[in-house]
Amino acid sequence: MTQPVTQPVGVENLPVRRGLLRPVLRNPLAIGALAVLSVIVLASLLAPLIAPHSPTSLRLDQINAGPGDGYLLGGDGAGRDIFSRLLYAGRNTLLGAAIALSVALALGVLSGLLSGYYGGFLDGIFGWGANLLMALPTMIVLLALFQALGSSIYLSMVAFGVMLSPGFYRLVRGQVMAVKHELYVDAARVSGLSDPRIIGRHILLVVRAPVVIQASVVAGIAIVVQSGLEFLGLGDPATPTWGGMLQDAFTNIYTSPIAIWWPGMTIALTVASLVLLGNAIRDVIQRTTSSSTRLPKPQPVVALPPVLDDRESALLRIRNLSVGYPSGAEVVHGVDLDVRRGEVLGLVGESGSGKTQTAFSVLGLLPPGGTLLGSSSIQFDGAELARLPENERRVLRGRRIGYIPQEPMSNLDPCFRVGQQLVEPLRAVAGLSKRAAIAEALSLLERVGIPEPRRTFAAYPHEISGGMAQRVLIAGAVSGKPDLLIADEPTTALDVTVQADVLELLRDLQTEFGMAMLLVTHNFGVVADICDRVAVMQDGRIVETGDVRPLFADPRHPYTKSLLESTLEDSTPRTRLEVNHA
Amino acid sequence: MLEATNVVVEYAGRGWRSKGFKALHEVSFGIRPHETLGLVGESGSGKTTIGRAVLGLVPVSSGSIRFDGRELVGMPRRQRRGLSDDIQVVFQDPYSSLNPSMTVEDILVEPLVARRAGDRTAASQRVRTLLDQVGLPHDAVHRLPREFSGGQRQRIAIARALALRPKLIVCDEPVSALDLSTQARVLDLFISIQEETGVAYLFISHDLAVVRHISHRVAVLHRGGIVEYGDAAKVTERPEHPYTQRLLMAAPIPDPDRQAARRQERRALLASEAVA
Repeated sequence: MTQPVTQPVGVENLPVRRGLLRPVLRNPLAIGALAVLSVIVLASLLAPLIAPHSPTSLRLDQINAGPGDGYLLGGDGAGRDIFSRLLYAGRNTLLGAAIALSVALALGVLSGLLSGYYGGFLDGIFGWGANLLMALPTMIVLLALFQALGSSIYLSMVAFGVMLSPGFYRLVRGQVMAVKHELYVDAARVSGLSDPRIIGRHILLVVRAPVVIQASVVAGIAIVVQSGLEFLGLGDPATPTWGGMLQDAFTNIYTSPIAIWWPGMTIALTVASLVLLGNAIRDVIQRTTSSSTRLPKPQPVVALPPVLDDRESALLRIRNLSVGYPSGAEVVHGVDLDVRRGEVLGLVGESGSGKTQTAFSVLGLLPPGGTLLGSSSIQFDGAELARLPENERRVLRGRRIGYIPQEPMSNLDPCFRVGQQLVEPLRAVAGLSKRAAIAEALSLLERVGIPEPRRTFAAYPHEISGGMAQRVLIAGAVSGKPDLLIADEPTTALDVTVQADVLELLRDLQTEFGMAMLLVTHNFGVVADICDRVAVMQDGRIVETGDVRPLFADPRHPYTKSLLESTLEDSTPRTRLEVNHA
Repeated sequence: MLEATNVVVEYAGRGWRSKGFKALHEVSFGIRPHETLGLVGESGSGKTTIGRAVLGLVPVSSGSIRFDGRELVGMPRRQRRGLSDDIQVVFQDPYSSLNPSMTVEDILVEPLVARRAGDRTAASQRVRTLLDQVGLPHDAVHRLPREFSGGQRQRIAIARALALRPKLIVCDEPVSALDLSTQARVLDLFISIQEETGVAYLFISHDLAVVRHISHRVAVLHRGGIVEYGDAAKVTERPEHPYTQRLLMAAPIPDPDRQAARRQERRALLASEAVA
């Protein structure tokens, strides 16, 4: 409460903003795909300049001829230059695909945005339309349209674009529904932005990436379907297209087997590049969103008082515990900690201090990739946990080490009744019969202060409150009569009045069973309420340990001091404001 | 300045003939210029709903909310948008209240440009002043929200709220997601900004200590109704309503001896309530 507020907060070593394009260009797959695509597109666009022959000029001596003799890739069934025709055909085929894609994008993205943002009636109508289109068999509709509308491939590509639009519609609608209720959209509304502006600025930005990915895949599909139609002989025979060339080569496959390679390879290369480009963009996007972990800055330990105990009385002895992740981040650096039998040790720190990682190391439940480094040692009642095989550790977890999580609701399986989730471990760990396990579970529920144990026993997790859920989990944790209870922020998700009740319960149980408890928390009030000793963690190190009373009365480490000064408990309330304030 | 009388918010039930859920029952309160009104309550007490009703983000079923003499309930959206100059918001979650794909400059310039079309240079000048005001360096403008810590993001959100020089900021649990020491610094920032600019706050929190620190007056909410309303010192130190008393007793004090005493008091209080 003493620091000047105008002092800039450190943001020195942060990376500068990166666009989407640059990381995509660092991906070798993306570069390759982009290079192939640009060569194909450029060559098609510049066909009149590059092509050595006209796509329609005939040479009778070159009918079904092999490569060479003025024709780079040989001649087709009518004696025209395959290479020149490939270039000219590219223009028509790519234009067709572009038409289909633009129609699909325009219809799908627009209707998806409106449908997702406004919902209700509009959503109903667009949804019906999309479902109807998806129910139609695309190929048959396109073939029928050829009969009705004549041989223009472009008209059918417009129709194909309409048929493709539900894909974009569903994608965009889903994305919009997900971000519509984000707080920043509410904030924009409060800022006085109009609906079109909110959609254009905030929502379109979010759906941009998935739409780009889908578009590259759809462009590939459009090329394949278009070529397929032309291969079937639909389309204008006068305009060269890749599909039309494929058909020509196919009819002459016995006289000139090599000719089918050229249009075939071109189509395959184009489509493959499009799909690979889409994949590469997706990879890049996923990587940039999940790479926010940074190494904590190490700080010197100022005064670590020697409060470590002799071997006899310590139930849990942690020595030189370091936890690292494959990314190279080390989140806990050489922690020493003792928990004596029957004592409550508070592990306090702010987010990112490594307190939860330390607790999870004891349980052997580190998140994927987390490993104990170097000479880390965790001794529980004389046994070394760090080198214990997983199955022996599992036995220990249920029976001798109990665990109470932070989020009670997400730690109960919503598919099973509360009672079942208590009975199952009792039978598996303690080996009770079904009847005995049910009786035991009911008595546990009663013990943790649940008013109607039978009703809660038969309830599903969503039918009980957060405070009740936490009591159920506490019942489960003490069911094996453990020697050590590890509680990770057990009251943080609860209301204050419920928190007080749960702390009361934990205290009673702890004295009743004589359990030791390792309580992870950020709340000094909770520490003062229940703990015998405290260890303060900062940046993966323990900076101070001590008995509760002396530590609160006379904190020695500056970090502990600053934390205790930050509590608002004793701040004086602001006085009533005079009506004519300055 | 803001006068809410008998505000009722009712959510329609799902499906035919199902009964609606009343989130607020006839709530009345007032906020004067330069003042902080603290709203404190537990989850489900309706404190967030009050804030959203003032912001026009939930429909009010009956009652009236008047701001500077204008009636907000039933005001058309187009007209309501004009009010954004005067009423702004800081949300709880600094992670989802900033658009992850916009730079800090975009975020801060947006309300300026939206309200007074054009003139980007004046806007970016204002952005610099705002960053100074919330204690962030100028080079923050080209960074994305994800490059900032929770406390820094909350500063950005505060800067956005200040951009249009509002008369009232609705603060919905703005420090609950922050670490203890960050929380204290951000609260002090709120106070110093109020002293500088004279903005009024409707400050919503579940934490009595936080509310006491920043509020001039406090209203305690329980199950959609205000149970106690008065000066901060009185409500948070000598509460009269039993619910407020329970709330006060439940908050643990970071001092082992005083907490032991409070625990005893709480037990006595609960016991006496059980008898009564």
